Amino acid sequence: MSYYFAIIGTQDNPLFEYEFGSSKQGGDGVARFPEQARHMNQFIVHSSLDIVEEVQWASGQMYLKCIDRFYNNYVSCFMTGGNVKFFLLHAPSQPASSTATRASTSIAANPTAPQTEEAIKQFFNEIYENWVKTIMNPFYQVNMEVKSPVFRSRVAAAGKKYL
Amino acid sequence: MASSQPVKPPLASQPSQVQRRSQPGLRYPSSGKTIYHRPLNRSRTQELSQASFAYLFGEMVSYAQKRVTGIQDLEKRYEFPPSATTESNLQSMIYAKLFLSTYRLNVQGHPIGLKLLDLLLYREPPRTQTRPLNIIALLQFITTVLWRHLFSRPADALEKSSNPETPEEYMISDNEPLVNQYISVPKEMSQLNCAAFVAGIVEGVCDGAGFPAKVTAHSVGKGEEGELWPGKTVFLIKFQPEVVEREAYLGRS
Repeated sequence: MSYYFAIIGTQDNPLFEYEFGSSKQGGDGVARFPEQARHMNQFIVHSSLDIVEEVQWASGQMYLKCIDRFYNNYVSCFMTGGNVKFFLLHAPSQPASSTATRASTSIAANPTAPQTEEAIKQFFNEIYENWVKTIMNPFYQVNMEVKSPVFRSRVAAAGKKYL
Repeated sequence: MASSQPVKPPLASQPSQVQRRSQPGLRYPSSGKTIYHRPLNRSRTQELSQASFAYLFGEMVSYAQKRVTGIQDLEKRYEFPPSATTESNLQSMIYAKLFLSTYRLNVQGHPIGLKLLDLLLYREPPRTQTRPLNIIALLQFITTVLWRHLFSRPADALEKSSNPETPEEYMISDNEPLVNQYISVPKEMSQLNCAAFVAGIVEGVCDGAGFPAKVTAHSVGKGEEGELWPGKTVFLIKFQPEVVEREAYLGRS
């Protein structure tokens, strides 16, 4: 399974991007988006912003779960108190229908299973902790791009730990 | 090859050497600990010294009043009420000073509100860790959680405007604002309320949560002898029309 993680600011502006692959079930943590579809990731996540604007007022939960689907790409969202959105686009290596017959329980094969939802929730919660630390920086202003290499390594570690 | 490279700090264990070299301004503390290594939760008893806060705040207030040169400059940069220019020069100078001080204090508070919103939500227990979805939930968050964090007590009152023409106005009262405790305002500036700083924080929380509003601080003490709360301050929260519109729409569905 390949993942694309993005943080979107309050003006729908991107603040942070990170691509990684599954580390569970012997995955090597490298994203394997097909070369001809990789540039679509940003586009798919951007189109999900409209759905977030509808969903965000229905529930006060920060984790909005899987909100959108584009062919084999699933988009999960987490919304912070300050209206900053975390997006995780996850694309199973094979289409979900072909693996369903084997009744596999791995996160990689079931993008909408409760276990996957829970794993993504833990991933988002860890990012949220680091995000709050980022914005507590007195020199950080709203909608500023996040360039800290420490933040990037924390995101990578969270991805490795949960996904 | 190695001799041509710039001298690196002895932090070889840290990843992303490449990025660090491309940003010469980035320095790690000598302990190697960044803001990401610090915990976000603090124990309840950790408080700041009020004396040092009063000293700092006094400096902030005098900074806010500095460099007010003339009214023309103000009119261009801010939405300055034109009625002020018709008054006498001294009067308009005072007005300018008043307006600019309030504005600057508000601006200083605003980013704090944006940051506190997420910090305080993070510290809430997981079950109640929800984003405020309506005005009442937001205002309750402000008067209890935010007030307790800043002043270790809840706000004294929360009211909705009783005037049917202004349904977007809400009021939070504080009988004795902590920030004003050591601030004496000269008589000619009596309209200045330095709790504009707190109003800025409240405005930051509202804006951050997706409820854009204008928040102003007003003294309501009458200055009489033997008054119970001479420093009583009302924070007037005026939400933007789109907030009220959305509220009505969400309430119906």
